[in-house]
Amino acid sequence: MLEWILAILILVGAFFTLVGSIGLYKLSDFYMRLHGPTKASTLGVGAILIASAIHFSFTTDGVSLHEILVTLFLFITAPVSAHLMAKAAIHIKVKQVERTRQLEK
Amino acid sequence: MLNLALSIAFVMVGLAILLSFIRLIIGPNTPDRILALDTLYINSIALLILLGINLQSALYFEAALLIAVMGFMGTLALSKYLLRGDIME
Repeated sequence: MLEWILAILILVGAFFTLVGSIGLYKLSDFYMRLHGPTKASTLGVGAILIASAIHFSFTTDGVSLHEILVTLFLFITAPVSAHLMAKAAIHIKVKQVERTRQLEK
Repeated sequence: MLNLALSIAFVMVGLAILLSFIRLIIGPNTPDRILALDTLYINSIALLILLGINLQSALYFEAALLIAVMGFMGTLALSKYLLRGDIME
C-alpha cells in the first residue's frame, strides 16, 4: 500500500517536471516559455519531496519533515524569480510573437 | 514496484534536464538562458531527491537545499544584472 502511494507520487512529480521542460523547449516566445517551468517547480518537485518525506518517515524512526523546507522555499522563491525575469525581459525588449499581447505604449 | 517507478522517474527527469540544457544552448536571448538555468537547477533538485530515495540516504537532501538557495541567488543576480547593468550599485 505504502509503495503504491510512493510510486504514484514519484511518477506524478516526474511527469510534471518533464512537462515543464517540454514547455520550456517547445513554446515559441519568452513570455510563453515563462509559463512552463512554474509547473515543474511547484507541482513536480513538490510531489517528489512529499514522496521523500513519507518514505523517510516510515523507514527511519521519527517523523521526517525537513523535506517540507525545500518545498516551502521553492513556493516562496518561484514567483519572485519569475517576476524578476519577466521584468528583465521587458526591460531589454525581448522579441515577442504576434499572439502575445503587446505592451501598452 | 517502487524500483520500477524510480527508474521511470529517473528517465523522465533526465530527459527534462536534457531539454532545458538544449534551451540553455540555443536560447535566442539572455532571459531565455536565465530561465533555462532556473529550470535546470529545479530539475536537478528533483534528481537529487530521487537519488536520495533510491540509495536510502538522507544525505542528498542537504545538497538539494544548498542548490535551491544558491540557484535562487543566481537567478536573482542575473536578472538584476540585466535590469541595471550592474549587480550591486
